[in-house]
Amino acid sequence: MSEKATPAFVMTKEQEEKVQQVIAKYKGTDGALIPVLHEVQEIIGYLPIEVQKVISEGIDVPMSEIYGVVTFYTQFSINPKGKYKIGVCLGTACYVKGSGDILEKIKQILGIDVGECTEDGKFSLEATRCIGACGLAPVFTVNDDVYGRLVVDDVEGILAKYMD
Amino acid sequence: MELARAHVLVCGGTGCTSSGSEKIINALESALKEKNLENEIKVVKTGCFGLCALGPIMIVYPEGVFYSMVTPEDIPEIVEEYFLKGRVVKRLVYKETLTEGDSVKSLNEVDFYKNQMRIALRNCGVINPEDIDEYIAYDGYKALGKVLTEMKPQEVIDEIKKSGLRGRGGAGFSTGMKWQFTADAPGDKKFVACNADEGDPGAFMDRSVLEGDPHSLIEAMAIAAYAVGADRGFVYIRAEYPIAVKRLNIAIEQAREYGLLGNNIFGTDFCFDMELRLGAGAFVCGEETALMTSIEGHRGEPRPRPPFPAIKGLWQKPTLLNNVETYANITAIINKGADWFNTIGTEKSKGTKVFAVGGKINNTGLVEVPMGTTLREVVYDIGGGIPNGKKFKAAQTGGPSGGCIPAHLIDTPIDYDNLTAIGSMMGSGGLIVMDEDTCMVDIAKFFLEFTVDESCGKCTPCRVGTKRLLEILTKITEGKGTLEDIDKLEELCYAIKDSAFCGLGQTAPNPILSTLKYFRDEYIAHVVDKKCPAGVCKALVSYKIDPEKCKGCSLCARNCPVGAISGKIKEPYVIDTDKCIKCGVCASACKFNAISK
Repeated sequence: MSEKATPAFVMTKEQEEKVQQVIAKYKGTDGALIPVLHEVQEIIGYLPIEVQKVISEGIDVPMSEIYGVVTFYTQFSINPKGKYKIGVCLGTACYVKGSGDILEKIKQILGIDVGECTEDGKFSLEATRCIGACGLAPVFTVNDDVYGRLVVDDVEGILAKYMD
Repeated sequence: MELARAHVLVCGGTGCTSSGSEKIINALESALKEKNLENEIKVVKTGCFGLCALGPIMIVYPEGVFYSMVTPEDIPEIVEEYFLKGRVVKRLVYKETLTEGDSVKSLNEVDFYKNQMRIALRNCGVINPEDIDEYIAYDGYKALGKVLTEMKPQEVIDEIKKSGLRGRGGAGFSTGMKWQFTADAPGDKKFVACNADEGDPGAFMDRSVLEGDPHSLIEAMAIAAYAVGADRGFVYIRAEYPIAVKRLNIAIEQAREYGLLGNNIFGTDFCFDMELRLGAGAFVCGEETALMTSIEGHRGEPRPRPPFPAIKGLWQKPTLLNNVETYANITAIINKGADWFNTIGTEKSKGTKVFAVGGKINNTGLVEVPMGTTLREVVYDIGGGIPNGKKFKAAQTGGPSGGCIPAHLIDTPIDYDNLTAIGSMMGSGGLIVMDEDTCMVDIAKFFLEFTVDESCGKCTPCRVGTKRLLEILTKITEGKGTLEDIDKLEELCYAIKDSAFCGLGQTAPNPILSTLKYFRDEYIAHVVDKKCPAGVCKALVSYKIDPEKCKGCSLCARNCPVGAISGKIKEPYVIDTDKCIKCGVCASACKFNAISK
């Protein structure tokens, strides 16, 4: 967890309502925790500790268990993500075609490391597992946009589109 | 039903969607509307057709014209020229299908397809996966009907046993035996489950089945449930596959509407329903016991075996767990018979295998071939060889658990036992081709970085051991390794293989052991000569300018980001190796090929 003291996260009324709906939908289902976490993360964008507490009370699973599950799986995040989530595929097909160099270039341009978010909250960077677009290797994604058949020199121009 | 004069099949698999097939479909629909052709020409979004490298692809029937790398800007021309005037737009047609005259060849005559045999992928790229009627028109749910009304559960199991089908997830265990164990296990509540947590980097066979033919999985799971006596099924699927999740959900809904899932299916006493469970990005969950722990809602850590899932699986109940591709073969076996299936393949490996072929190869994509096909046929006849005239060095199969097949074994017939014998494994079907520019030590390091990251941490050999392996490999790639390190590396590999708790740890050393077996000289070059023969490991690379070839044009010096190159115009330039950051920009900028590693 980040060492900076962050103010407690408070859900908006709308978020709170949606989260309660998810809890109601899954309460009593076998193995409900992971589906609940997926849907709640979809609503809020990440899983702050305050929200985990709400889930814990809602589906009657101890906090220790929830925190254990959230930190085990890479899809769940306890830190906020950037407005533009960049994912560089480091699957084997992309790797042998040079996605490592693409990742380095992005790090250099944004000045952040993998798992970090730029200070203005605009970009966050992840090294992802194979996204299955191996025919287009190497690829990276910005939110839902996929950029493929890349060379290092393409990176700057693509990121510029999101700089505003 | 309205009859259309032509059907346009546009691939909506992940590969082609990534290269923009949604935009193609939209452009096509509006262009057809503009010309009032929307009732004559039907646009169908299908699953993966295999040739991902050429995406987005579209095929027009009845003629079978294959357009590749289509952009939205090309659509008006295709509609105007082809759909209106009947003239094939030759510049967009896949060049292999072009003939000298005006006609085009059928796809089945093209090298990429003619050597393939599609059983698991039979419907992918052929039907609209979001329409159950199209699946039914292709004999869909016929096998389920036959099983429920004409066969006893034991007869179904016997048929699968007789077919010789082995698990396509990697280990190759007999599918029929697995069904038998689950059927024989005591207990009145049983489950069937499907492992769709396709985690191997570079492997996307299962995703293509899920995206292109989701009903074949549902039908096969229902058949399996009938055979083993289960009434509830789970598909554990990667959350990274949103299109597959969506299509499978649609398919389950449609099957329920048609009464093919639910109570009293086909008017019999058989009841079965199924649901999806999404993974959350943990490779270890592909291991069967970890997968079940994850479905139950916990951290996906493996459990001891025995008891095997067939005895104590989900919620401690007997559970049948098969992989997607394994299920995709089931309906074909029931419809055409075990005797048909077991004529295909080799003595101990029956049927076909789907490979996701990627890396340094011309035709990246999805390939299904009979067991026993050689690697050479896959790489050269189907895959079209290595780009840029480079030499084939090795192919990697089995992902982080597998190993490599070097060039001198390229004529090995691919089946479970042959691959294990040469120190690799079938794995789930990722096949990454490497050329002379790939460093084998670096590849071993790449896979170890993966396993270190994905180790769940439960057992020490895997948690700590793989980390030590990675450290030694890093030392070697940085030019700080010794011969003793190579021996230590090997010793530790065997120790981890013997002592790790689950399949992930036990197979994690394989990429090292197999590269050591076939490319030991590369390891030695790194530690003794301090050289990386492939020129990949940056610490061991130094760039130099050949004074004979250098024309003194200064292009390299102007491109160097750190000012490490100096010289006079029209005289040979030199690189200051102390300043050089080995980025390689100079070498790619040079027009005279004067800069080498």
